[in-house]
Amino acid sequence: MNPIVKVENLDRVFDVSKPWLNRVIERQPKQFLKAVSDVSFEIERNSVYALVGESGSGKSTIGKIVVGLLGKSGGSVEINGVDLETETDRAKVDAVRADIQMIFQDPFASLNPRWRVRDIIAEPVAALGGNTDGLAERLLEQVGLSAADASKYPHEFSGGQRQRICIARALASEPKMIVCDEPTSALDVSVQSQVLNLMSDLREEFGLTYLFISHDLTVVHHMADKIGVLYLGRLVEEAPRDVLFASPKHPYTQMLFDAAPRMDGFGREVEPPKGEIPDAINPPSGCAFHPRCPLATDLCKQKQPQMRKHGDTRVACHMVE
Amino acid sequence: METPILSVRNLVVEIPTRHGILRPVDNVSYDIHAGEILGVVGESGAGKSMTGNAVIGLLNRPAHIKSGEILLSGQPIHSLSGDALRRLRGKRMGMIFQDPLTSLNPLLTVGEQLTETIMEHLDVSYAQALDRAVAALDEVGIPAARARINSYPHEFSGGMRQRVVIALALCAEPELVIADEPTTALDVSVQAQIIALLKRLCRERGVAVMLVTHDMGVIAEAADRVAVMYAGRLAELGPVRDVILNADHPYTAGLMASTPLASQGQKRLRQIPGSMPRLGQLPMGCAFSPRCEFAQDKCKQDPGPTRETCNGRAACWFPLSSTAKQEATQ
Repeated sequence: MNPIVKVENLDRVFDVSKPWLNRVIERQPKQFLKAVSDVSFEIERNSVYALVGESGSGKSTIGKIVVGLLGKSGGSVEINGVDLETETDRAKVDAVRADIQMIFQDPFASLNPRWRVRDIIAEPVAALGGNTDGLAERLLEQVGLSAADASKYPHEFSGGQRQRICIARALASEPKMIVCDEPTSALDVSVQSQVLNLMSDLREEFGLTYLFISHDLTVVHHMADKIGVLYLGRLVEEAPRDVLFASPKHPYTQMLFDAAPRMDGFGREVEPPKGEIPDAINPPSGCAFHPRCPLATDLCKQKQPQMRKHGDTRVACHMVE
Repeated sequence: METPILSVRNLVVEIPTRHGILRPVDNVSYDIHAGEILGVVGESGAGKSMTGNAVIGLLNRPAHIKSGEILLSGQPIHSLSGDALRRLRGKRMGMIFQDPLTSLNPLLTVGEQLTETIMEHLDVSYAQALDRAVAALDEVGIPAARARINSYPHEFSGGMRQRVVIALALCAEPELVIADEPTTALDVSVQAQIIALLKRLCRERGVAVMLVTHDMGVIAEAADRVAVMYAGRLAELGPVRDVILNADHPYTAGLMASTPLASQGQKRLRQIPGSMPRLGQLPMGCAFSPRCEFAQDKCKQDPGPTRETCNGRAACWFPLSSTAKQEATQ
């Protein structure tokens, strides 16, 4: 079966230079931040692919590139075999755009406060000239709100209810794929479980595929089928969920798992990880993780490890045998 | 038994508004002993931060302490004047806020902020204060402390800034530290470092720590006892292991069951229906009763007493642990 999303050697560079006059006066060259470099992965239909990583690891940037909110600097992203940036057939582009939707992190910032819920939810369909009669009411009931809420404004809802509205909006154009960028990190635990359960139900009902972006390992463990771990813009490990959690191979993944607080870790005393995520403008040479890595050798300092297959896992580390 | 460092008795905080009086903290009591970490958990709006602010005297008008007592090592501090409280704050009570960037002054170097605090509260010369400041930075794990003491806050990373805030809270050697969501703005690996640091300082110095957070994992690993808050009231208080594994209050039990656990696999999460009521629209009886699966008529009329259970204390008519249940039926 061909994958719904195919990302190959994706690069994204941001220009973070100072204004030109400052550069002239301070004699500084242009500065570039490589947010994503050489990332390749595929998402199978009807599965949940999760991207995890700490802040600055490029996970949100990849999500935005996949839906087309950000351009890319190199590589290719194909959705259903169509590359949105190079495709010239307008009909194909429109079809793919309707097929892919996004849920954002902050339900307070991602709903227009001056629009009624009905208009917010119908927008993805209305923008493509579709029929929106009764659409919002039907979707609201599907996400656990009432049809009467359609004529209210976003401020009348709580955080969890707003996130349900965002989900209803994402479902409006009957997409096949939804990119979820930290959909529950702004919510309280008891509301988070409601939203996660809703997302699992909708996935079964509509045969959806999720690209799930999160920093919370327990949530990722709960939702994902396959997980990609990012560090400083690079994919360092990718594996099916059970394989990854049972035997993380990359030292960074192991460090992340050890550091995550556990509900059953009463009085757990662990040696906390050393150091912090380095500066992305001047990343370390070779493997970006080597300054913090307990296994690092000279090779790691010089040569960037490539992704290699180890059973079901793909891992980018010189030391994994 | 020795006097607890912090003792909060029947604390009530009120905010008068046009639509009536709100009670963000309602009849809350707890103790923290020396060398103990008390975790305070709850959802947003449950009153966790408000309790911390009331203790340290940082309530913003019109919020004020309506009744109840706050005792610091046995000495009442809830009725102290602003000036007297100012002398206690920093010296006997330290505070660590959530966002390390906004709790440091961006225009002063880290050294200036530390020495200012030390000289305000301890009778030392500038040179001694500077030495103490370097030692404080050293203790919280900032490399090359003497060189970095002249840096400004923006020159530090998020994790290092939070270390500076901790150094600032601890530099006058307080008895009590209130940490309000100290790791929420940080990444997982840095969070682990900060929690390990807090635990070490608490153990070595015998400081009493009130750790306010919404992350149950952090509580499980760091706290000795937990207080669970719901809609301004203390739902349950007890040793961390008992509260997490065998909750007495249905709200705590629901909270634990709705947290995804690695050991459960992808089983459907249990969910608590609805969301926490707003303070202006609290139900008459137990605030949790509209969402509670065990609620009965009694719960809807009377909030019920806070009673001793085998775990500790729970504010529920029908606590879940078996012995307490028998008492309730008798």
